[in-house]
Amino acid sequence: MAKLEQVGSAVPLVRASGISKHFGEGDTRVDALVNVSIEVFPGQVVALLGPSGSGKSTLLNVIGCILDPSEGKLELDGDLVYDNRWLRSDLRRLRLDKIGFIFQFHNLLPFLDAKDNVALVLQLAGADSRSARVRAVELLDYLEVGNRKDSLPSKLSGGEAQRVAIARALANKPRIILADEPTAALDSVRAGIVMDLLRKLAAEQDAAVIAVTHDDKIFDRFDHMYHLRDGRLDGNGGA
Amino acid sequence: MNLAYRDVRHHLGRFLLTCVGLGLLLGVVLAMIGIYRGIVVEALTIVQKQAADVWVVESGTLGPFAEASRIPGDTREAVARLAGVTAAGGVTYQTAETEVGGRKFRLYVIGYELGRPGGPAAVTEGRPLARSHYELIADRRSGLRLGDRVTLGRNTFSVVGMTEDLVASGGDPVVFMTLLDSQRLQFDLAPPAARIQIARGAGGATTDTVNAVIARLTPNANAEAVANSVRRWKHLSAMTQAEQESILTRSVVDRARRQIGLFTTILLAVSAVIIALIIYTMTMEKLKQIATLKLIGAPDRTIVGMIVQQALALGAVGFCSGALLIAAIKDYFPRRVVLEPDNVLMLGGIVFAVCIVSSGLGVRAALRVDPAAALGG
Repeated sequence: MAKLEQVGSAVPLVRASGISKHFGEGDTRVDALVNVSIEVFPGQVVALLGPSGSGKSTLLNVIGCILDPSEGKLELDGDLVYDNRWLRSDLRRLRLDKIGFIFQFHNLLPFLDAKDNVALVLQLAGADSRSARVRAVELLDYLEVGNRKDSLPSKLSGGEAQRVAIARALANKPRIILADEPTAALDSVRAGIVMDLLRKLAAEQDAAVIAVTHDDKIFDRFDHMYHLRDGRLDGNGGA
Repeated sequence: MNLAYRDVRHHLGRFLLTCVGLGLLLGVVLAMIGIYRGIVVEALTIVQKQAADVWVVESGTLGPFAEASRIPGDTREAVARLAGVTAAGGVTYQTAETEVGGRKFRLYVIGYELGRPGGPAAVTEGRPLARSHYELIADRRSGLRLGDRVTLGRNTFSVVGMTEDLVASGGDPVVFMTLLDSQRLQFDLAPPAARIQIARGAGGATTDTVNAVIARLTPNANAEAVANSVRRWKHLSAMTQAEQESILTRSVVDRARRQIGLFTTILLAVSAVIIALIIYTMTMEKLKQIATLKLIGAPDRTIVGMIVQQALALGAVGFCSGALLIAAIKDYFPRRVVLEPDNVLMLGGIVFAVCIVSSGLGVRAALRVDPAAALGG
């Protein structure tokens, strides 16, 4: 697997180069992404902005290895994983090890309590049940929802549920965190708290956070903003 | 962490309600199997309890149960003299309806000669017939009790003894009376009809007719050889006990068996479709959760395992509740329901296989879920 050349003092955790993605062919062809290139470095929190249908979610899905690009290169944590074809056969394991997902609606499993929602990811990665639960409680305590560890998601407030979801995303210490509208279901106060938390995590764990958002109340929390329009990058924004 | 168990526990009420519904359906399937087994057992009960070795009937018939058979009453003496025969007895079989205390009773009347083969194997309450006339031994299923007075034909009989679980192939409970009484019940005409017969010059016809003669053999006698000896008399036919049981099973029970077999097959097919639909619906309700599981890195086997385990749990709980239900109420059915362990195990195996196959539909839907479906609203 190709190794990236260092840029300055750091290697980008995410480097997408010339990524294009189209759906359909001929008259029905839709270009969702056209020659998009982005880089996200450790500790950075970046936003993908743009109107509906601009390609934000498509780009997030490509970076999350759940959608095949039509062409381009994708490097994650220094590993070239896509070069006009996937270079890794086990994308599930790649996601489990390197990527944490945070959803618009927390997407916690409703039949598991907060602690087990987090522990599940650890167990999927091979941890035994006991150590997974211990680590899950540590994470919940770190995110200040340890007191709700035995609560089912239906008993949690929106902010609490989103923190548990963040704990789940962080369980395997991924270096890349992809967030799809992470504050859409929260009020402005809780949205600010969640974003501050993501910034803190990015800084402390040397991770990269890429968030799709429409929420202008939290724009000031991003280090960098990529604007997409009709599948193309619309120049670089700033924090 | 067992996701199937945790999901079931989370929706326990709904899961149990689904299981109860499925259990009722599987209970009906079990009941149908039990009813069929009951028909076979009931059809063979009389034949087996009378412990005959050879049945002598009218030539060219498969009597006395599958076809009508009438032979002279003195045939018994001829049969008794055959080599290897230790005892022989003439018997009659007929259905009669009567009323006791305002309740209607439909009975299967067996007439036999006291002290000869053809009577009840055991009297569980009261005593055997002791008098030549007007006494009955009734099966407990008839609803008659010791001391009841029952009018059959133009005579009234007293119930002096009781038997257990003796019913005819049609489900009618058996009563025993002496051969003479049964012959009068079967062949005596009402006075106006008798007068007409006498006027026609046919009044002197004998009523010493039986439906069959039952023969018991010495332990080392060959039943087939004795039957062949009987067949040499051109007006008689004979069959061994095994042949009689085979005829009953084939001729008397066969249509019921096919009817119930077809109905049971349809019920099983309906159960399979319902199980498949339940599992498919359960899976479809969890598509977002399944997409999330895939996205966070759960392998396919975790997701398949969750669906298959839930399908098996549904089948197991449904089957057990259905089996318990039928075991609890089977004695309240008007006809006997016989649940043999091998039948129950066989249905359990079928339900297991149906659950595995049915879960395939849900598994297919789950495996086609795109992890990207977890993203967005």
